[in-house]
Amino acid sequence: MPGFITNYLDKNVHVTPGQYGSPFWALVYILLVFGGVSLAVVCMNWLERKILAHMQVRLGPMRVGPHGLLQPIADAIKLILKEDIVPEGADSFVFLLAPLIILVAGFSVYCVIPFGPTHAITDMNIGILFMLGVSSLGVLGIVMAGWASNSHYPLIGALRSSAQMVSYEVAMGLAVISAVLMTSLNPAGTGTLSMIGIVQAQYAQHTWFIFKFFPLGFIAFFIFAVAMVAETNRAPFDLPEAESELTAGFHTEYSGLRWSLFMLGEYAAMISVSSIAITLWLGGWMRPFPNLLQGPTWDLAFSLFPALTFFGLAAMTFYSTMRMPKHPYFRIQTIGLGAFGGVFVLIALILLIPRVRDGVQDVYWFVAKIAVFLYLYIWYRGTFPRYRFDQLMRVGWKVLLPLGIGVLMATGIMGLRTEIWDFVHRLVHI
Amino acid sequence: MPQNYVPVFIFIAVVGTLIPITLLLTKLVRPSNPHREKLLPYECGIDPVDRARGRYTVRYYIVAILFVVFDVETIFLFPWAVKFKAFGLFGLLEMLIFLGILIVGYIWIWQKGALEWV
Repeated sequence: MPGFITNYLDKNVHVTPGQYGSPFWALVYILLVFGGVSLAVVCMNWLERKILAHMQVRLGPMRVGPHGLLQPIADAIKLILKEDIVPEGADSFVFLLAPLIILVAGFSVYCVIPFGPTHAITDMNIGILFMLGVSSLGVLGIVMAGWASNSHYPLIGALRSSAQMVSYEVAMGLAVISAVLMTSLNPAGTGTLSMIGIVQAQYAQHTWFIFKFFPLGFIAFFIFAVAMVAETNRAPFDLPEAESELTAGFHTEYSGLRWSLFMLGEYAAMISVSSIAITLWLGGWMRPFPNLLQGPTWDLAFSLFPALTFFGLAAMTFYSTMRMPKHPYFRIQTIGLGAFGGVFVLIALILLIPRVRDGVQDVYWFVAKIAVFLYLYIWYRGTFPRYRFDQLMRVGWKVLLPLGIGVLMATGIMGLRTEIWDFVHRLVHI
Repeated sequence: MPQNYVPVFIFIAVVGTLIPITLLLTKLVRPSNPHREKLLPYECGIDPVDRARGRYTVRYYIVAILFVVFDVETIFLFPWAVKFKAFGLFGLLEMLIFLGILIVGYIWIWQKGALEWV
């Protein structure tokens, strides 16, 4: 145990608990990640309802706490107190197992997500392959849920969902391969599948892979960005849960806490696929321009960002506090909102302590990029109309798949352009 | 290194125990008074018509088969992508031929109409 701590505090040694082989520290990390993701899902729940509401010129939850801030807690209490119904004729064992499988599949991918050079639970040499494989196990849970319910809507929802996830997975795999291919463009000539290795390869090549061989990296990223929305069954690809046709899709028959497990799994999957995209194309934990804007001044400037973010949040909260109605009826809510802003200021001040400031750098940039992706998810939901199923399949099989193969071939040819040029040169001069 | 994989099993164990324990604990506070109407499969309020686990369109099978073909192909590409630069021109040509054969098959299934969803 002290061995890992000394190793961890040493700036030159990069070791994750998994590599160190310490189950205890792995467990600590796992509980941290599990708690963090659950907390993120709760915040995301509130944010989604709020942002979506404001996009549609509504107010969203306003009653429970100031600006509905306590709504997720109220929801949780409601869900816990709801009856857990297993419908008649359902295969009860499979029915109970399905949400568990979705959760395990959604959460175990967090083992390899690198929140920083050392902030990963473990680092496997097959990291990205593991992520693709395990995250697609969620299909199994969805099909099980739909089949076990013994109802029409869940079955159709599950079939649609599996067909859709399976179709977009092919394009997703091709896009991932073109990014893996870019990691091998170094003097040694060997790439890596390790998530940490992929980010370090981007650092070594002085570019995020989204800008590599422009526009090839960007197209691959675009394919992945479309496929990941389809993989997580989110709008505009939310046909499995199309409420106007299928009520709630594969989880129609679920209720209470068991239903909330599906939601937890869905949001966890959203965060995990976003972090695959960030790791592969957007430089993972690296801050913007790590090679270009070097030196202590820039380091200091960028390391102030976490504190600035929280000061910004605090400013927003205080602004809302000032705009609260002055009626005595709202006094408790106003005080509560002010206290919330105070907590943000406190966090910002803690983030200004030099030791903390340097420690949270990597995690901050990773989480900030995830937040952008999650905002995009909500934005899609607020903006795009839902696809029809034949349109969805056409986009997957007839647009993204050929595009993926084309990008892969083009990336391969671009990666070896000097060799190809030499070869042609020799042929001509024979 | 095998020790890199240990946390995965710990993670599965943690998730696999925490969630059922939570579900069991909430059993203490949540009500349970089922009756026939409540346990019926949801069908917008009317009695369910027909068995749910009936037949469905064959398109789903076609999609599943196509997925197996193309996904196996992407798995074959992974080792090549990792050693891409080391394999050099020979590896690239080899892979272009492999993808070429795949594209021929892809065009064929497109022509056959397997990708249409009518």
